[in-house]
Amino acid sequence: MIVGVLALQGDFREHIAATVSCGHSALEVRTAADLAKVDALVVPGGESTTIIHLAELFDLYAPIKSRIAEGLPVYGSCAGMILLADRIVDGKDGQKTFGGIDMTVRRNAFGRQVDSFESDLKFNGQSLHAVFIRAPWVEEVGKEVQVLSEVAGHAVAVRQGNLLATSFHPELTADMAVHTYFFDEICKGR
Amino acid sequence: MSQNTGSEATGTARVKRGMAEMLKGGVIMDVVNVEQAKIAEDAGACAVMALERVPADIRAQGGVARMSDPDMIQKIQAAVSIPVMAKVRIGHFVEAQIIESLGVDYIDESEVLTPADYTNHIDKWNFKIPFVCGATNLGEALRRINEGAAMIRSKGEAGTGDVSNAMTHMRTIGGEIRRLTSMREDELYVAAKELQAPYALVKEVAETGKLPVVLFTAGGIATPADAALMMQMGADGVFIGSGIFKSGNPAERAAACVKATTFYQDAKVLADASRGLGEAMVGINVADIPVPHRLAERGW
Repeated sequence: MIVGVLALQGDFREHIAATVSCGHSALEVRTAADLAKVDALVVPGGESTTIIHLAELFDLYAPIKSRIAEGLPVYGSCAGMILLADRIVDGKDGQKTFGGIDMTVRRNAFGRQVDSFESDLKFNGQSLHAVFIRAPWVEEVGKEVQVLSEVAGHAVAVRQGNLLATSFHPELTADMAVHTYFFDEICKGR
Repeated sequence: MSQNTGSEATGTARVKRGMAEMLKGGVIMDVVNVEQAKIAEDAGACAVMALERVPADIRAQGGVARMSDPDMIQKIQAAVSIPVMAKVRIGHFVEAQIIESLGVDYIDESEVLTPADYTNHIDKWNFKIPFVCGATNLGEALRRINEGAAMIRSKGEAGTGDVSNAMTHMRTIGGEIRRLTSMREDELYVAAKELQAPYALVKEVAETGKLPVVLFTAGGIATPADAALMMQMGADGVFIGSGIFKSGNPAERAAACVKATTFYQDAKVLADASRGLGEAMVGINVADIPVPHRLAERGW
């Protein structure tokens, strides 16, 4: 399996390291030709406005949307969660997303950088130490969406079909539980 | 506004350094008003630096340069959804307290402003807000990290449009890191003495081959090619100060620099990004600036 990591902006190197440490090959994705080679995609943390802007400029927006529609497994952390949401609030005016998960995500919902925090939580029943940076939360979800973690009553990890999204950054910690879940439960057999 | 309970911790080194990780591969642009901030956000900037005068104007106008008016910073915070940074004077911890209270996302303890303390920098561990600091060499970078900086930028020579000092600083920092990685463990004690940096940080750099925090480049970057040059030199991202809004066509130049920072290894994209941008900032050769007026010399 080749795991693509969208490498337009953000902490894609950490996701590549996490992917490799889980025993998969990783490929930096910057063009539609790169995207065509991958069996799964990770959308990293970073600035969602910057990433979507570059995706549109370099003709990746439509190809990613259509790969998602065809069932490509995609995992997004933080900015990646925003970009997988069908609806966002508190975004830049007219900000687009790739979409795919039937949810509304509030950008920077936990506050500004001084409110960024680390916290212990349960992910799919497992204990996990999570890092939230200017993090979004999930405001509401459609009935196809499974909530995998919550913090203070807000969903912070969700799955719909082959799509997984977290408000937090498992790529910044040594615990590979989220990546393992993505590779073993969602990408399995690819 | 965080409403969490339990084991939650804010202002940790991990969330401060992690914030800088999210800026990687991006361009942070100096802006002096709401209009410029929106141009920067639309062009794909990953953050903006809110300040009253860009370095080129500080240089031209002279006088004491200080923290910006909180009103001006808050207008910019309200206008854009991306992170907002602001500068404080070296050693001016009260300016830092004020900026932190505004909910700014990152403080730049900057040599571009007039220093408030010619001996000490701010004790950055005392703050929840993360700091970025300038450095011209590895020892300076590690001293700033030891004081709590969560991100480092090369200094370059701000407000000149001359990239040569940024180049020198990136080569120096990179070269000193490579030298450490080649040393025997028993040589690192003297290396720490020579770098005037704490042994623990020197040892960490020798083991990992990189700084423990994100390293951006700043100072004199004026074109997409400059931005790509710094990325190829190993920068994690770039700050562009005067280079954008002192040029003929800021919106296009801003967008071009964002493209160049992502596609820094693709000469075709860089060629396209360099086309038809109009006039770059006129600039000043660093060699023509008398030594006492060079900003990169500030910081100790």
